[in-house]
Amino acid sequence: MASVTQNFMKLFRGSSGGPEANSPAQASQKLTRRSSGLGELARTWDTEKSLCVLDLGSTSAPNIRHFTARGHRIYSEDLLTASTEPGLVTKDEQGNVVLDSRKFLADNLMYPAAHFDIVLCWNLPDYLDESLVRPVVGRLWSVMKPGGMLLAFFHTRDAGPDSPCYRFHIVGSDTLEMQRIVLRKEATLRISSAISPQSSSS
Amino acid sequence: MSAPLTGELAQIGKSVVIKGDLSGSEDLYVDGQVEGSISLKTNSLTVGPNGQVKASVEAKGVVVQGKLEGNVAASDRVELRKSAVVTGDISTQRISIEEGAYLKGKIDIQGKAEAKTAQK
Repeated sequence: MASVTQNFMKLFRGSSGGPEANSPAQASQKLTRRSSGLGELARTWDTEKSLCVLDLGSTSAPNIRHFTARGHRIYSEDLLTASTEPGLVTKDEQGNVVLDSRKFLADNLMYPAAHFDIVLCWNLPDYLDESLVRPVVGRLWSVMKPGGMLLAFFHTRDAGPDSPCYRFHIVGSDTLEMQRIVLRKEATLRISSAISPQSSSS
Repeated sequence: MSAPLTGELAQIGKSVVIKGDLSGSEDLYVDGQVEGSISLKTNSLTVGPNGQVKASVEAKGVVVQGKLEGNVAASDRVELRKSAVVTGDISTQRISIEEGAYLKGKIDIQGKAEAKTAQK
């Protein structure tokens, strides 16, 4: 996990990091991967009824179709995009740029306790700013039902700052389609100006 | 595919700001700001790219290109275009979401009978 600035730069590489990273072909490129964790969860949502599912990744029509077709309720909340809200940027006692986790949790993940059977966290903790990870995990713990399941992926080694961020679409019982995330242009501009107001005026 | 328009279309331009409850029996295109509620039970609402709607919405079809904050109950379909930013729960029979659209809320896909009941 890295600083706020580094984290945002990771996202920017998906949309405005330069001609190569910004090519439409790269942005629309889709990869598939198998996931035994997904397969494990699929056994639950294929056999149980009326589950309550929270998808924390980028909004995915295939995922919505996947769950609603099985009679489950799905909630979509793109926490990574929400974390680019410029109003969250503040400074800690040492003057470091951090994100205001209290404000973030006042605006996001506002659900009753023990509400969800399944949370699809994907690789969010690897990309979310460090100052938000612990508070978000704590909130997820409280909104999940006892015995609920959470799916998360982590890099097994430091993938470096150029590691692309993906949105995940469920396309099979243990298969995901991964698509590089292109952050909205206005979000990148707003957050850039919040981190360094001087550079944004040029 | 766009929500079918029924012929008559009212437009709210991007410089117009409305606060209150809107209801009608023709399709509505909002490219300005609306705050309150929108009820078009047999018609469609389109929120244009400049549109900013803070309202609960009841309509036959809803197409969002701009920003919509509020719960949406559509008896037919909801379309979120790539520039859409939607915060609120959606209840509809069919939904299509373009890559890049942002949605924060619950999605409830209802059968025809359920959708009609919800509209009453």
